[in-house]
Amino acid sequence: MSSRRIQKHPILPAIEKPTLTFFWQDQPLVAHVGETIASALIANNIHVFGHHPRDESPLGIFCANGQCAQCMVIADGKPVKSCMELVKEGIHVYPANGLPALPKDDLLPPMKEIKTLQYPVLIIGGGPAGLSAAIELGKHGVSVLLVDDKHRLGGKLVLQTHRFFGSSEAVFAGTRGIDIATRLEQEVRSFPSIDIWLNSTALAVFEDQKVGILKNNHEYVLVQPQVLLVACGAREKFLAFDGNGLPGVIGAGAFQTLVNRDLVKPCDRLFIVGGGNVGLIAGYHALQAGIEVVGLVEALPECGGYKVHKDKLVRMGVPIYTSHTIVSANGKDRVESVTIAQINENFKPIPGTEQHFECDCVLIAVGLDPVNEFYQKALKYNLPAFVAGDAEEIAEASAAIFSGKIKGLEIVRHLGHPEVEIPPDWYQTGEILKSKPGKIYSEQLPELDGGILPVIHCQQEIPCNPCTTLCPLELIVIESEDIRGVPHFIGGNYNCKGCGKCVAGCPGLAVTLVNSRKDPQNPIVSIPYEFPRESLEGKETVTVIDIDGADLGDVPLVGIHAIPDNDRTLIVRVQAPRAIATRIAGIRLQPPELTRPLDHDIEAIKNETIVCRCEHVTAGEIRELIRQGYRDINEIKALSRAGMGACGSKTCGNIILRLFREEGIPLDQVTENTRRPLFVEVPLGAFAGISMEDEEDHHA
Amino acid sequence: MPESNHSHYEVIIIGAGSIGTPAAFFLALNGIKTLVIDRAASPGQESNKRAIGGIRATHSDPAKIRLGLRSIEIFSTWKDTYGDDIEWYPGGYVFVAYREREEKILKELLVKQHSFGLNIHWLDKKQLLEVVPDLNPNNLIGGTYSPEDGSASPMLAVHAFYRHARRLGAEFHFNETVQKFTLKNGEIQAVHTDHATYTADIVINAAGGHARQIGELAGLDLPVFPDSHEAAITEPVTRFLNPMIVDIRPAPGSSNFYFYQHLTGQIVFCITPSPNIWGTDTEETSQFLPMVSRRMIEVMPRLKHIRVRRTWRGLYPMTPDGFPIIGYAQNPRNFLLAVGMCGQGFMLGPGVGELLARLVLNETEPDDEVILQILSPQRQFAGQEMLK
Repeated sequence: MSSRRIQKHPILPAIEKPTLTFFWQDQPLVAHVGETIASALIANNIHVFGHHPRDESPLGIFCANGQCAQCMVIADGKPVKSCMELVKEGIHVYPANGLPALPKDDLLPPMKEIKTLQYPVLIIGGGPAGLSAAIELGKHGVSVLLVDDKHRLGGKLVLQTHRFFGSSEAVFAGTRGIDIATRLEQEVRSFPSIDIWLNSTALAVFEDQKVGILKNNHEYVLVQPQVLLVACGAREKFLAFDGNGLPGVIGAGAFQTLVNRDLVKPCDRLFIVGGGNVGLIAGYHALQAGIEVVGLVEALPECGGYKVHKDKLVRMGVPIYTSHTIVSANGKDRVESVTIAQINENFKPIPGTEQHFECDCVLIAVGLDPVNEFYQKALKYNLPAFVAGDAEEIAEASAAIFSGKIKGLEIVRHLGHPEVEIPPDWYQTGEILKSKPGKIYSEQLPELDGGILPVIHCQQEIPCNPCTTLCPLELIVIESEDIRGVPHFIGGNYNCKGCGKCVAGCPGLAVTLVNSRKDPQNPIVSIPYEFPRESLEGKETVTVIDIDGADLGDVPLVGIHAIPDNDRTLIVRVQAPRAIATRIAGIRLQPPELTRPLDHDIEAIKNETIVCRCEHVTAGEIRELIRQGYRDINEIKALSRAGMGACGSKTCGNIILRLFREEGIPLDQVTENTRRPLFVEVPLGAFAGISMEDEEDHHA
Repeated sequence: MPESNHSHYEVIIIGAGSIGTPAAFFLALNGIKTLVIDRAASPGQESNKRAIGGIRATHSDPAKIRLGLRSIEIFSTWKDTYGDDIEWYPGGYVFVAYREREEKILKELLVKQHSFGLNIHWLDKKQLLEVVPDLNPNNLIGGTYSPEDGSASPMLAVHAFYRHARRLGAEFHFNETVQKFTLKNGEIQAVHTDHATYTADIVINAAGGHARQIGELAGLDLPVFPDSHEAAITEPVTRFLNPMIVDIRPAPGSSNFYFYQHLTGQIVFCITPSPNIWGTDTEETSQFLPMVSRRMIEVMPRLKHIRVRRTWRGLYPMTPDGFPIIGYAQNPRNFLLAVGMCGQGFMLGPGVGELLARLVLNETEPDDEVILQILSPQRQFAGQEMLK
């Protein structure tokens, strides 16, 4: 049986987990203990999980985050979100085709009173912001309940295999996200005053200042906090294009969850939409997982993410199409190809510029929105509330960590400890960490004259400084007021000892070391490399690339080694002519033929553009209502059902507003729809004090 | 300002909800120049969209029975007549009896309901379980079953009335709040909003939960006091339940509750708090779901697995006796009241709308007089609705 499990990963250890057998449409399949049904299905190469009740179109994984309900399957007779439900020995899973039937189960189990628990502080979300806040509260002995809907703490940190940017002093810069998660979790767990509930989803903030929580996925409890901290992170924006409902069109978070958390490959060939950090990093993660990255489109003339992230992808041989957009994802039951086109100044595709690429997955990374509805409800109901991390303002995880620290101390002060001081420079650091990428300088390559020196291919102002702390001789400096400046090597040809720590430690993989001591005409260039060692084994030459992805030719491979104390980044040494040695920024991974467009047009499969994924409402239906004069989204919702589905307009809300803008309607004429609880769907029995876990066992 | 500068309408309706919108439709159908003013951005945005969608004629008095029967006629034939799918489903209503007390109340009512010719009958336990197989059989005595009652989508229905009212010439002004009336010679002479001033021959108060405030603008002290009820909707599942189930047993915190499966598969449910929660607050509370879920699962254990999707809270504009108020005020005498629907505005709306049109046209029928007498604004409010 073909397996889509990632056997070899340069950063993540191979998973050797006990296995179990479950059934998909009565066929026995092998799964890993502790993984979700969705990951188990994808590992077994099953991508279509059901068909939509409205139009019978195929459905597959989309958010992998428990939000969207696209991945619904019927497990032992009950509809479940396969991305949240763990696979169990012997369960029978069927596709969710059409409406599910309510299990015929007439037993009346005991019903308990719903408990109300009091806590000084409730934190919703155990990601970088929530954990960092909890640590500050824990240090001051404040009792905290921290709830998170996932199986482990860390939020999206657990998906981040790359080294973090930011400030080494303030926030673990240079450490990989997965390891930051572990460190934060260990620290949080060291405080006796912090209670942690995993698999526990906050459902609603009620008017009586109680927060409804589904504890451990089966027990409904109410929590009445003195202070609420909302650290729920962000949700991904969705995009309207033809075929966007096809299985294989997935969010960046879903992709990273499958690849980096569960070590399963949802696809073999990936196309990325969106050149922000999320899309750029996801592309890099795909390559590390052994997935081919066919290309990336970005609507703006420049990628919005850090240039070093973009440069990494370009060096690996991933073409980046700026001022381009996705026209359609094409395929019958799942994505088979993608069509892109150049866009004009109004962001409209220019006819005749279409290109088609073969791929089996389209990753959507077009921005994030704060998950802040609990915060807004708390404010409305006069429940003292704070908000941290992406739930407050979308930024990098390092900024979320720092924002959590600050909010943690603000809460300590709010709870009657005004003597606790927040260092004034923290606010400034917080702002710096949130700052967007700045000015790009042209590259000044150093003069090589027989010595050894690092070449720093880092041209853009970003909040990042690990390189300055890595050099044992302190020869790498940022000559500006704060860490947003561009780093410079201040030694000459004869000061650097060639330790390579800067090469292995730069989160952007933007430092090389050029050593011309032995052979001034053919120096040795050390290049950071985060792919399996095996990928270069047996090779005599490699193709080297400059910072813009230009081919500098094939040069001899001299060796591969790891630096002691360094964390999984390899150093590859090549020997290159002096003329190109300092220009070399990386080694190409993907040959150009792999990313070429198809030489024939793709037969137009009439795919519709889905706006509301839950109810399968198309852009055409919404546009028609807008053109008829409807301006109240509540009314559009009533007429089209867009926003009435399981996710509660979390996905379509933005797109509908965008359609209004595209139709030339100023948004001040538009009334947004009312948002109501619950955050996710929950069995009625849970509210009646029935342990739905017992029910599951009973039912099985 | 001379009045000739103001737009003049034969009828101005305040409130584009469950009552005002069908009223506008029937007025427009009769060629009456009508304006509907609503403070919200589109029709049905206050209590209409918070109604759960149940529609019955099986009340306990001739007024609501007649209005209900006519409303069912309009709802059930709407799609064939006008083309809009309002998700009408004739699933019937079942009032269950698990105790002798409710059996007695329901059977007494049945006599009355039969005397008005309603299609409603008593089913013993076995018969009832055939109609609703998933009812908890323990202690079940039986219940009433009225197969001609049903349900529809309040939002789609109000929108259908709105669309056709506009097609027939009625005007709707949204995002506009009525602030003042000019009263002169015992009549409302002008209606002032935050945008404009209008004149009208007749002004209809169809302001639902806010009818009392609109009444005050005309110097009236309308006995309409909203209380709030919470409701919720589940995921859709394949059909397993036909009638609306109503349980009138009181329990701590609630008097009755009811649920049904909508045409599109969702279970929609609601509970009546006891004591009432007076006021216009429509924010969600933490008490509702635990209270209602327990009662629903006791009556139908199978429901424990259905997943709740959304919850909300709406207003029941109550009157002291539990009956609506329909008819002209004494002063101002061109002020037509259609208020205090006591949570039944949606199900009675089409019948009330048609009646309002006949009142405006001076074409009331002998049957209407019976209704208008019971629902008269000038009544003493001494009785009590038995199934409010």
